[in-house]
Amino acid sequence: MDHTAGRTVDPRVIEAMLPYMKSLCGNPSSVHSFGQEARQALEEARTKVAELINAESKESIFLTSGATESNNMAIKGVARRSRDHGRHIITSSIEHMSVLNPCKFLMTKGFKVTFLPVDQYGFVNLTSLEEELTNETILVSIMYANGEIGTIQPIKEISKMVHRKNVYLHVDAAAANGQVLIDVNNEDIDLLTISSNDMYGPKGVGALYIKKSTRLEPLIHGGGQERGLRSGTENLPSIVGFGKAAEIAKEEMPTESERLKTLRDRLIKGLLDPIPYSFLNGHPTKRLPNNAAVRYSFIEGESILLDLDMKGVAASSGSACTAKTLEPSHVLRAIGLKHEEAHGSLLFTLGRQNTEEEVGYVISIMPDIVKRLREMSPLTPKELMK
Amino acid sequence: MYSEKVMEHFRNPRNMGEIPDADGVGTVGNPVCGDMMTVYIKVKDNHIDDIRFKTFGCGAAIATSSMVTELAKGKTLEEAKKIGRSDVADSLGGLPKVKMHCSNLAADALHAAIEDYEKHKGTKR
Repeated sequence: MDHTAGRTVDPRVIEAMLPYMKSLCGNPSSVHSFGQEARQALEEARTKVAELINAESKESIFLTSGATESNNMAIKGVARRSRDHGRHIITSSIEHMSVLNPCKFLMTKGFKVTFLPVDQYGFVNLTSLEEELTNETILVSIMYANGEIGTIQPIKEISKMVHRKNVYLHVDAAAANGQVLIDVNNEDIDLLTISSNDMYGPKGVGALYIKKSTRLEPLIHGGGQERGLRSGTENLPSIVGFGKAAEIAKEEMPTESERLKTLRDRLIKGLLDPIPYSFLNGHPTKRLPNNAAVRYSFIEGESILLDLDMKGVAASSGSACTAKTLEPSHVLRAIGLKHEEAHGSLLFTLGRQNTEEEVGYVISIMPDIVKRLREMSPLTPKELMK
Repeated sequence: MYSEKVMEHFRNPRNMGEIPDADGVGTVGNPVCGDMMTVYIKVKDNHIDDIRFKTFGCGAAIATSSMVTELAKGKTLEEAKKIGRSDVADSLGGLPKVKMHCSNLAADALHAAIEDYEKHKGTKR
């Protein structure tokens, strides 16, 4: 139940990719028939990605090496193009590192960046957003949903506010695509980051949706592929797989999201109700269908993970102790959790393979795990162990 | 990530609990850092007669606590004072590098407990 950390590629996606790894090895830029066949496959995949987010045309989809590149391309690309109009960028304090770090990099190049605060649920503070938008602002970058706490942002409201000031809106949808319905037209988004591996597609491929009127400079210069915005010979097998993953996600989303929501709510209830001093991270309803993020007082996340692992369950934690750095997650700190609260956080991300029985199993083993660790902890109040 | 020995101590920690009438108590770390441990000792004839621990923290923090109680039990106070962080880590078959500093506090807690005992020796607690 750790799908955010790594998903298996859908067998149907692998099936779709195989011909392009074996014999169909044309270069989409070649004139001969092999090349033309490759071109057709490439454009079909692009169409499927466009359809997933209701983009106006497949020409607004630019294929990249993944969400990290797409985020870099959007932020640095707009910054370079618009630097004569203004040098102010607004983002939030709970973005992915591939948004935060390009922003921090731009700060060393003469740009000013505002990191908006979020409330206890992780919603971006819209009053602050409105106040921070100035004539100098060229870009606002806010994630569609946060993978760590599940919170889904009110993107439509944000885009209205941002567009009243004629500023571009970039949305990182890596954690959300394939799980919730994203409509770049209806939600009026200028730039949208899409990932493949977050919806059971291959790694190493992704896309940036760019609305027709949006201007940005390329990150990678070369042979002029992707209409000059992203050079480099197309990684056809992965792109075909990405397209297939997008097609499946669109087709199955209505039923799969409902199924996951039911599992998620049962899991959350089962993780919290029987255990005192347990809390939900994020919002009860405005959250990703697959995300169950909780925290337990008096114990530490990594030791919970080890206990779960011994019982065959994979999950993830917001604790410092599982990461390379010693700081707890910036997201958990931003929603106002104290260090010790963040340390006791636990994240389950459900996926296609998870079943009702598995959720029942996790719920059945959790009380004893928490009890064992609380018995060991000097922080546990004595009355709790009676 | 962890050695089999670390996991074994994590699964079955030795000497876990409190000693209500302990002769010495030592607490190190704090919950903000994610690791905190308390060691309780009972001293008889200059030997560590009984030792127990309570720990909040990751797998390494729990395993090192358990290991230090095993290393110290029955030792004279002088011998126990010589047990260092690296002795604990070595006895566990090593620890991941990132854990050497943050979670390897058990020896410090033992030393703090001995210090506490020596400070209060002869006085009624």
